[in-house]
Amino acid sequence: MKTKNFLYSQKVAPYVFVLPFILSFVVFWIYPLITAFTMSFQKITPTATDWVGISNYAKLLKDKVFLLAVRNSATYMFFTLVLLIPFPMIFAVLMDSHIVKGKGFWKAILYMPALTSVVISGMLFRLMFTEYKTGQMNLITQALGLGTYKWLKNGWSGMLALLVLACWRWTGVNMLYFLSGLKSIDTALYEAADIDGATPVQKFFYVTLPLLKPTTIYVLTISVYAGLAMFLESYMLWAGNASPNNIGLTIVGYLYRRGIEKNDMGYACAVGVVLLIVALIINFAQLIVNGTFKKED
Amino acid sequence: MAKSKQYSDLSHTPSFIIRSILGTGFFVVLCTIIAFPVLAGLLASFRPGTELIRRGLAIDLNPTTMSLSNYAYLFGGNEDSKKYFMWYKNSLLITVVSVVLTLFICYFVAYGLTMYDFRLKNLLFTLVIATMMVPFEILMLPMYKEVIALHLIDTYAGVIITGLCSASTIFFFRQYLSGLPKELLSAARIDGANEYYISVRIILPLAKPAFASMGILCAMGSWNAILWPLLVLKGAEKFTLPIGLNTLLTPYGNNYDVLIAGSMFGILPIFILFLLFQRYIIDGMTAGAVKG
Repeated sequence: MKTKNFLYSQKVAPYVFVLPFILSFVVFWIYPLITAFTMSFQKITPTATDWVGISNYAKLLKDKVFLLAVRNSATYMFFTLVLLIPFPMIFAVLMDSHIVKGKGFWKAILYMPALTSVVISGMLFRLMFTEYKTGQMNLITQALGLGTYKWLKNGWSGMLALLVLACWRWTGVNMLYFLSGLKSIDTALYEAADIDGATPVQKFFYVTLPLLKPTTIYVLTISVYAGLAMFLESYMLWAGNASPNNIGLTIVGYLYRRGIEKNDMGYACAVGVVLLIVALIINFAQLIVNGTFKKED
Repeated sequence: MAKSKQYSDLSHTPSFIIRSILGTGFFVVLCTIIAFPVLAGLLASFRPGTELIRRGLAIDLNPTTMSLSNYAYLFGGNEDSKKYFMWYKNSLLITVVSVVLTLFICYFVAYGLTMYDFRLKNLLFTLVIATMMVPFEILMLPMYKEVIALHLIDTYAGVIITGLCSASTIFFFRQYLSGLPKELLSAARIDGANEYYISVRIILPLAKPAFASMGILCAMGSWNAILWPLLVLKGAEKFTLPIGLNTLLTPYGNNYDVLIAGSMFGILPIFILFLLFQRYIIDGMTAGAVKG
């Protein structure tokens, strides 16, 4: 009876509720995270594990393929932020206005790509970006009189294909995030803005945008993360981890290549640690700029 | 009041109608572009697999070249068909189990983090955010070794267990729950309800929309998960659908018949789920604001 009272008390109940998180946090987060760090200072072969100090990192900095992977991931992340935050936000504002009819239907269609497996969407986009005349991209360029193009064999067009795929997949999802943010804005604020004679553009910049800030920060955070850690899109678009001249190779692609395909776990973990540091710097900088740490609730 | 009346009057003016056509037209165009790849893929699934290689995703409605033969083959009970439905079944099982477990675990964690003031609350919530800010891919290799050490390699438990405490799901539940009035708890306590009864019988029913929207998101993530199952599952008889489909994509294999029809049929369950739950997703997202 005593233990029951203890477990049922308002002091203890919250710890019972959060216990699964604490367990999962320790076993599937802290432990692997520490292991990732320690492994990055090791040379791991099937037979032996040797401490090698910072030699993995020293090697990484001179590894041209790795630096290319970093550049690809950074470029991809940058353009996904540029494309997948403002546009979905504007689409959401438009969708939220009373001038659009059939909202449910459009939302369902826009969400559909996110429901589609990357295996399938990668295959579909590979066919559309094919170098043959039948690919949709080449049909467009031919119609414009530009001839055909080897989309998946050149650096910039390979990146374009990745970005088109990213926009296709995430525009609807991000729009739904912004829509949910918009719903939480008190309509009285817009009425007040109306009374003050605000134009729709002024209302967007002085009411909508500031009040969407929490949603924007959330979308920004997950986009930085998703952009830097992108791998599967590239893997599926090129039907494997090998793209011509590594034009589609990302940081995680390189981690996968080294760790899984070449079984060099130590070096691969060093790649992961660099990715982590880059992701953390960008996300912390972003959160500090946005003042998230100032207001604790 | 006068203002809103003015709005309703405006809705029949020619300028409103023009704006409405433009606004709706914009989404017609956008959605046509978005729907194109999947619709083209669907059309292609009614043509022989060799056509897919030769002609890509050409939009061709010529009925003489179209047939159900890819689907007939897929459902035909042959070797490929057996393999495909084995993967399908595996995916269904993993998805159902992980969605149910993830939803309940994350709900209770979020509940603890929202409804109480306790010493570790802010620290724990910071940790939830922290886990979101470390890409899974960094933990992937150590976790892979961990799963081997725990003898969970090549098991469904190994696939499911690492993702049960999903930070984004906890985050969403917390946002949703913090919109509910805390007076509900004190009222229930006065009526003599204990903490767990309140969390299950009083607050959980109110969080149903959040369950629906998180459910579909988790189901989607699980149904389409590739990277982690690819590492954990070794035997072809344990493969999930995306991984199985991926194995058909060999440069030598000529399995495009199965691949394209199987891909389209693979989208189906998640799309049906989405259509059924769409209302709840939108409810879940719009119900953030509480009625006093």
